[in-house]
Amino acid sequence: MVNLKVNGQQHSLDIDPETPLLYALRDELGLNAAKYGCGLGQCGSCTVVVDGEAVFSCVSPVLLLEGREITTLEGLGTADAPGALQRAFIEEQAAQCGYCIPGMMMRAQALLRANPNPTDDEIRSSLQTNLCRCGTHMRILKAVRRAAGLMQRADASPTPATGAVR
Amino acid sequence: MLFFAVGLRLDRRRNMLRAEVTVPRLKTLLLGAAGAIVLAGAGFAALAWKPALDPVTPPTRESFPPELIRRGAELAAIGDCNTCHTAPGGKVFAGGLALPTPFGTVYSTNITPDPEAGIGRWSEAAFQRAMREGVDREGSHLYPAFPYDHFTLVTEADNRAIYAYLMTREPVRAETPANELVFPLGFRPLLAGWKLLFLEEGPRPELEADHGAYLAEGLGHCGACHSPRNALGAVQHDHALSGGEAEGWYAYAVNQSSPAPQPWTEESLFHYLRHGWEASHGIARGPMAPVVANLAWVPEEDVRAIAGYVARKMGHGVTPATVPAPIIPVPGPGTSPTMADSQAVPPVPGQDAGRAVYASACASCHEAGRPLPFGGMHLKGSTAPHGPNPRNLINVVLDGLPAAEGERAPIMPGFRAVLTDQQIVELLGYIRAAFTDQQPWTGVEALVREVRRGHTTSASRPTDAVQSAPADPTQ
Repeated sequence: MVNLKVNGQQHSLDIDPETPLLYALRDELGLNAAKYGCGLGQCGSCTVVVDGEAVFSCVSPVLLLEGREITTLEGLGTADAPGALQRAFIEEQAAQCGYCIPGMMMRAQALLRANPNPTDDEIRSSLQTNLCRCGTHMRILKAVRRAAGLMQRADASPTPATGAVR
Repeated sequence: MLFFAVGLRLDRRRNMLRAEVTVPRLKTLLLGAAGAIVLAGAGFAALAWKPALDPVTPPTRESFPPELIRRGAELAAIGDCNTCHTAPGGKVFAGGLALPTPFGTVYSTNITPDPEAGIGRWSEAAFQRAMREGVDREGSHLYPAFPYDHFTLVTEADNRAIYAYLMTREPVRAETPANELVFPLGFRPLLAGWKLLFLEEGPRPELEADHGAYLAEGLGHCGACHSPRNALGAVQHDHALSGGEAEGWYAYAVNQSSPAPQPWTEESLFHYLRHGWEASHGIARGPMAPVVANLAWVPEEDVRAIAGYVARKMGHGVTPATVPAPIIPVPGPGTSPTMADSQAVPPVPGQDAGRAVYASACASCHEAGRPLPFGGMHLKGSTAPHGPNPRNLINVVLDGLPAAEGERAPIMPGFRAVLTDQQIVELLGYIRAAFTDQQPWTGVEALVREVRRGHTTSASRPTDAVQSAPADPTQ
């Protein structure tokens, strides 16, 4: 049995400890946001957050992750109540095919947690490990900047604002 | 009362200080000491003082023959001038790269021909003196982070070509940040003492008959990283090329004590230096990456000469008949990658935890049999697990091999956020036991902790962090 804590919930899974986290998330827990891209830790579409840091779930076996805090895109919010990053990506319409976007958002989440007000260079260098083949890079950058603003405003008031931001 | 007079005797070829202790009579000693201090003070001042050389009007491009500029470009690449004299993201040759040393941080200078911030007002004589003696135009001693202990071997003709090349680059007005050195090393005249001890001025005519030796020992300054240094930061000539350090990476021995499990040959060294990788040895990363990027376009005969010299230093056979069979079969075109699974990963008694990490996190690339430079190297053939310390392995496990922008280059994901220190220690223990016949490393845990916390700097820069010198010098 492997014990994983994902998005705040404990799970006991009867899987091989060498299973990559990505497979455990998708096949065992039904958390399908993280995507299989290359399986080699080279494209970033499988990115999730572990203890606040972005990691490639496709090359991270579950045996290394027991007792760690794993956050997936599903942990940031729901369709009805999207989190700041999700709202920002929707408002900027940053996705085209969308395959890379969950990984982009999770890496951005780790960045904004560590650095709430990153420069453009910092955003670019942080997201460098994540590939997008559609070419929505400029919108992704705008969305991350917007998310940074949303998060700062959310921090400033005890009840997060709802509704349109424009 | 007992007085000791400690005489320092220098063996310059060995760069070692020998202490000789004598017990003379008190009166003689006091008189002698007073006289010695006066003489030493005067002598040192005379030794440390170097005249300023007259500033010149920056020379025009027309004042240099194009062939001279072209050869200068090649020589500057062999000397890796751009590697240190360019800050990440900065203009080439404009300086400002922070060089961590045991004595503090030294910033590389601006060697563009800008008259104020660079070397625009340097005459060729001033440039020749800097390369030969480590003194700038104004007469200040330069820190040996600038490897003039190697460059002193460069001939006047080659220095003239490098001067011509540098003086025809784009001038950049970029000031060099002030060095941050431990007291009293900010006082540059002290460097005269260092030079007295450790600098043997060249050139050495016997080297010029051997082009490979001349390039490797002089301009290429291989020994600046690949040789150990003494407490005062000078290369230990007794142990030349027997392994050293570079920016948080271990620079492996490139003499007879090379730890490479597959002996190098002139041909494999040439391939490595020219292309940045070699099928049965691995890829050049860390501070070696910009070196091979430069050697990729200089004349082939220069690279062959360096490879031949290093192969001779290693003492291995250089004829094809004496080349041993590859330790790991080199996958060629048409061989298909295999899927690695835990059955493919050899068990080692007592190393189950490390084996599990290797099998699940590493094997899918490193056991897949995909050829270099883009496949994962089989660690049986890799130098890093066979080295005297796991420094480079730790760097690579933590931070991977970052992608190089705009060029085809190997990459590897880092595992800093996934693996704990303990898991890395177990992984390294398994790798050492499973893929080498060497004794286990000691002190791995402390080293992992130190590297992760950044107590020592590991520059993991891809080649693109250094804007390459233009291959076409007429640019």
